[in-house]
Amino acid sequence: MNRQVNRLAVLAIVLLVVLVGATTYWQTWAVAGLQDKQDNAIQRVVQFTVKRGLIEAGNTILATNVKRKLRGETLYFRKYPQHGLAAQTVGYSTASRSQAGLERSLNGYLTGSTTNLSDAFRHILDRLGNATVQGDNVELTLRPRVQRLAQQLLGNRCGAVVAMNPHTGAVYALASAPTYDPNLIDQPNGYAKVLKIRGACSGASALYNRTTQGLYTPGSTFKVVTAAAALDTGAFTPTSTFYDPGYCTEYGKQISNAGNPDQGGREVFGHLDFSSALEHSVNSVFCNIGKQIGAGTILAYAKRFGFYRTPPLETPADERYASGLYNGSHLFDPKDPASQVDPGRLAFGQERLLVTPLQMAMVASTIANGGVVPRPYVVQKITSADGSTIQTTHPSSLGRAIKPQTAAELNQMMQLVVQGGTGTAAQIPGIKVAGKTGTAETNVPNVYTAWFIAFAPADNPQVAVAVVLEKQLNGFGGAVSAPIAKQVIQALLGR
Amino acid sequence: MPHADPYLLPIAALLTAIGLIEIYRLGPKDALKQGTWVVVGVAVFAATLVGLRRDYRVLENYKYLFGLGAIGLLFMPLLPGIGQTVNGARLWVHAGGLQFQPGELGKIALIVFLAAYLREKREVLAAGRLKDWGPLLVIWGGAMLVLFATDDLGSGLLFYGIFLGMLYVATARIAFVAAGIGLFLAGAVAVYQGTPHVRERVINWLAPWTTHKVFCPLSGQMTFRQDCQSYQQVQSFYSIAHGGMGGTGLGKGTFVNAAGGQIIPYLNTDFIYSAIAQELGLIGAAGLILLYMVFVLRGFRVALFAGDGFSKLLAVGLTFGVAFQVFIIVGGILRVIPLTGITLPLVSYGGSSILANFLVLAGLMLVSNRANAELEGAR
Repeated sequence: MNRQVNRLAVLAIVLLVVLVGATTYWQTWAVAGLQDKQDNAIQRVVQFTVKRGLIEAGNTILATNVKRKLRGETLYFRKYPQHGLAAQTVGYSTASRSQAGLERSLNGYLTGSTTNLSDAFRHILDRLGNATVQGDNVELTLRPRVQRLAQQLLGNRCGAVVAMNPHTGAVYALASAPTYDPNLIDQPNGYAKVLKIRGACSGASALYNRTTQGLYTPGSTFKVVTAAAALDTGAFTPTSTFYDPGYCTEYGKQISNAGNPDQGGREVFGHLDFSSALEHSVNSVFCNIGKQIGAGTILAYAKRFGFYRTPPLETPADERYASGLYNGSHLFDPKDPASQVDPGRLAFGQERLLVTPLQMAMVASTIANGGVVPRPYVVQKITSADGSTIQTTHPSSLGRAIKPQTAAELNQMMQLVVQGGTGTAAQIPGIKVAGKTGTAETNVPNVYTAWFIAFAPADNPQVAVAVVLEKQLNGFGGAVSAPIAKQVIQALLGR
Repeated sequence: MPHADPYLLPIAALLTAIGLIEIYRLGPKDALKQGTWVVVGVAVFAATLVGLRRDYRVLENYKYLFGLGAIGLLFMPLLPGIGQTVNGARLWVHAGGLQFQPGELGKIALIVFLAAYLREKREVLAAGRLKDWGPLLVIWGGAMLVLFATDDLGSGLLFYGIFLGMLYVATARIAFVAAGIGLFLAGAVAVYQGTPHVRERVINWLAPWTTHKVFCPLSGQMTFRQDCQSYQQVQSFYSIAHGGMGGTGLGKGTFVNAAGGQIIPYLNTDFIYSAIAQELGLIGAAGLILLYMVFVLRGFRVALFAGDGFSKLLAVGLTFGVAFQVFIIVGGILRVIPLTGITLPLVSYGGSSILANFLVLAGLMLVSNRANAELEGAR
């Protein structure tokens, strides 16, 4: 019988060895994935023993901690001293472990669990020595004064303001209105209350980060992309001349300029050049350009500006949407644009185009930056609790979208828009501003999505801005959005 | 017991101590009860050694009594009046303020019966004479029936594994084992189809997490599976993962949520391994398994040196029982196999379990004492 006993013994040992292997799996490889699970009840407790890192912008603290003693243990809970400054970008981290914004995407750093080896070692020593584990601090590129101004200018209206450095991509302001006080989320029924804040437009909730999640019809602001394609391919020059009969014929139908509220009253311009067509935002001209260069070319250029990709930023990926054509709620990248997309309406920013304010700020930045798309970022630096730098963001680009000369020509053309075209409300004494208005139709007559994108000073760009306002009754981009852009630019340039 | 194996008792004591410490850390009140049971266990252990010191092989003469006793013990929880259902399984007996799981003792009775019966009939069984299978199948079938009737799957699996292991050692016929496994799989499929309790365990094993909401029978609402059916298992994964390499340190683990409630139900019985793994880490948990390995290897060594078939089979049954029981509960916790509730020998909280495992220890001590004495006499 001894042979069988030996064999059974081997089997028994193999079974136990399997257990050691499985335990090793759960305690090494699986650890990181399990820590991130939302339903992890242990992390729900443990996270509060960690002194979470601060989120700061300049000298303003956007997120900090309050200490509370519970059954002899010191626990740290989140507090937002600015009560809703950049609320959607900073996000929240609650006692029930729901998280949003940077609080979610940077959770690893803020709790000190994603760090380099020496820091990891320090955290283990902290834990062994019963000391409080301190998370890493996050320094943002946001300018609190400008952020606050942008939020005030938006007020109770629904919309968004994005301001950034057109060369580096450092984001100065990400204002989304209506906004909310993140401190509310943790209070009884707080989440439900915040969910109900819908602003004057009674649109999407305040929780929504409209700068990166708001998808709006770009209207005439998209003409910048169309014009970039028209100039960059060499099909047109700023002095190319057109004849505007007041309409454009597509598929045997007339599309009238009269439907374009962005044009400033006039409906027929007759003979004019490309610069004036952009200056006055003449739909028929862009409609014909679109027909000539084709939807495929326009979309190809749009992609170079970053469309069809989720714009990079440090916020959670699912809180950022890609811009482009949409079929219902799905991004639509046509295989055969010539037959699937209306080139005329695409050229002046209607069709099924939906864009985010961040994407349009990237378009303005690209023109200001000589044709290179800057990579936007909002986290300047991550430092450990003892002050040593863990990570610094170095500016980088997403590649060249258009030739320097095309960018220079567009810069000039966009200056005309502000000097004497549809965007005169953005004029700042002593500073050349380049911009483009947009007034997109909605389903409701006379209610528009009002846009303005701009950069300044035009001869040495320091700031690029995108402003959007939802559901404006007879509100045109040049009239309601341009003044907001102007004040934000002034604040950033110190004028 | 001058000739008994010198490793078995210290290892068993160490395992019991680890269990007591962890149980004390999780709840001092339970530790006092467990301590009392350990005292009772040691008394029973000593009584067994003294009572059977001349020759434990007299047990062989009472094999059918043990067989029937095993079934009787397993049947007890099903009796109206004293039977009690806990956590979906009917395996408790309530009598005079005392709670008891008779199945634990039934296991030992069954091992004694099988050792005696297989010793007597191993040649004829190996030859394949059908009528000799009769009593075996009756006793065995009865036991399995009871187990499925009480919904105690863990014990069912354990008994079946012990049975197949002992059958293989006795007959050397791997075909019997294969047939046994085949029958078990067929039975398992039938049970899977028929019992929602079993189906749930298998589904939790295959997909503990869901990304869409599924029906939760507990609340009657749609929730994620990890918030309902597989909650206990998933939180136990989190507990183990939280320990990591070195563990949080004894007493520093997190088992209670912010509201003061226990995160993992049945932590000090079925799930004590995930508590130990969190506080002692991979180093401690692997060390614990290693202790079982040494114990099991010593147990098999006892079987190797035992002089007669009954002793060999008894030692094999008791030892493989311990190894397989560890595998079933820890493997279930670690998602190697579907989870079935069963205790971790000597470590888990539970009087019946402690008592039964001290009897196992006593059995191995008796066999080893005799085997070693014979060896020395022969020298």
